[in-house]
Amino acid sequence: MSGQVSVNPAGVTVPAYTADEMMTVSAARALRDGMTCFVGIGLPSAAANLARATHAPGLVLIYESGTIGAKPGELPLSIGDGVLAETADAVVGVPEIFNYWLQPGRIDIGFLGAAQIDKFGNINTTVIGGDYDNPKVRLPGAGGAPEIAASCREVIVVVRQTTRSFVERVDFVTSVGYGSGPGDRARLGLTGAGPKKIITDLGILEPDPVTLEFTLTGLYPGVSVAAARQRTGWDLAVAAQPEVISPPSAAELAALRSLEGVHA
Amino acid sequence: MAQIVSLAEAVRLAIRDGDAVAMEGFTHLIPFAAGHEVIRQRRRGLTLIRMTPDLIYDQLIGAGCARKLVFSWGGNPGVGSLHRFRDAVERGWPAPLELEEHSHAGMANRYVAGASGLPFAVLRGYNGTDLYRLETLDGGRSCPTIRPITCPFTGERLTAVSAIRPDVAVIHAQRADRSGNVQFWGITGVQKEAVLASRRSVVTVEEIVDTLDPRPGAVVLPAWTVSYVAHVPGGAHPSYALGYSARDNDYYVAWDAIGRDRAAFTRWLEENVYR
Repeated sequence: MSGQVSVNPAGVTVPAYTADEMMTVSAARALRDGMTCFVGIGLPSAAANLARATHAPGLVLIYESGTIGAKPGELPLSIGDGVLAETADAVVGVPEIFNYWLQPGRIDIGFLGAAQIDKFGNINTTVIGGDYDNPKVRLPGAGGAPEIAASCREVIVVVRQTTRSFVERVDFVTSVGYGSGPGDRARLGLTGAGPKKIITDLGILEPDPVTLEFTLTGLYPGVSVAAARQRTGWDLAVAAQPEVISPPSAAELAALRSLEGVHA
Repeated sequence: MAQIVSLAEAVRLAIRDGDAVAMEGFTHLIPFAAGHEVIRQRRRGLTLIRMTPDLIYDQLIGAGCARKLVFSWGGNPGVGSLHRFRDAVERGWPAPLELEEHSHAGMANRYVAGASGLPFAVLRGYNGTDLYRLETLDGGRSCPTIRPITCPFTGERLTAVSAIRPDVAVIHAQRADRSGNVQFWGITGVQKEAVLASRRSVVTVEEIVDTLDPRPGAVVLPAWTVSYVAHVPGGAHPSYALGYSARDNDYYVAWDAIGRDRAAFTRWLEENVYR
């Protein structure tokens, strides 16, 4: 697809790109140079590495395997690929990465995925359907996510938007966003500020400053508010004027495809 | 004091039916060859403990070795589900699997408590999650492993997690010397804690050398903390040993189709493990 081009509604020729590529580019743009970032595998890792390859060369990537300041030249398949240890500033044990580095609030951004997410940014990665002892779908479980969600200064969630993933109520709270609304994080003793953005394949949601309910504040080119509403399992709040997010630049796309080359 | 024996001998001597066994290695240095030997020796009723069950426990669960799983993240990293694990939880095949589930931070701290000889560890975590609720509401579980605790100095509400004390720890390392001193480096995970928390241990190694040259950043387990050492080059495959091999990512991707299908998995066991 990399050779294709298309013409956007404004009549400007741009490279063709997929919805996932737009999502990853959008997530990468949310990271600033010099930040420290605790990275989950999959979409978050792709976005964080894209940011480092483009506008944020000084971004510090931290993986739960204990690799601090990893600089992979291609996307790792797992959080413990050899390239992460070989390129890291420091490699520490797993108890240390959680106790010394994550728990005290040293990390700026936690970058998470989700199987289900609700309007207060609570995340389920444990079970779907049935009950805990007899679930319809057994998901991988918590991993590092609950403490990333609790202790990073801020959290960004990257997830494809469908009525199956964007639900009124998550079947299991694996990682806490804003709980049931304002005041819950403080009451629970969660030291980080919580999720600041949900970045999807349709656009960006941010918490309402008063109610903390996630509100659609940005849309990708060609995506309508109606489409976003249709792919949300709750009555989606929409900003008065959702921003139209600029499409991936040729440089962003080239960098992303180069990173993904090996596992494409 | 460590004895240097064959892998089959180490497993026969160290692991019994019904044991709680922790095979650790965080993506790196996963003791696959030892896991396959446990399958071959047809151990049953094991409580399998591991932060990331990974393919190694997918294989042990599918082979019918496990009664219970203690874990924090059960997926195929970067690929998707562990289908043998899911089949056991969702459909009870080949046998139902009891779960004891934590976060990574919780599991890591439980090993630290075990290694420290303490009954529990403290962390700031779990508050507001359903992992906590499972164990504390409605009477909770019969053997709870997560409990609220108040700091005696500040009054802060924190979480206590019970210690893990396995019967046996199984790890893979880069090197041992002829006395059984063990050395490993790179991503070192929770292996030191797992060995020190366990009554017995089995360590497979890439290489047995006359003397261990000091290596900055390496973990050393003195011979008197280890029960059995076995020379098993490549014993971490499809995981890897930094400096000796690379992670076989293609194998992890290919496992998805094998693990997904009971017949394909059974065939894989026959051809690759029982053979």
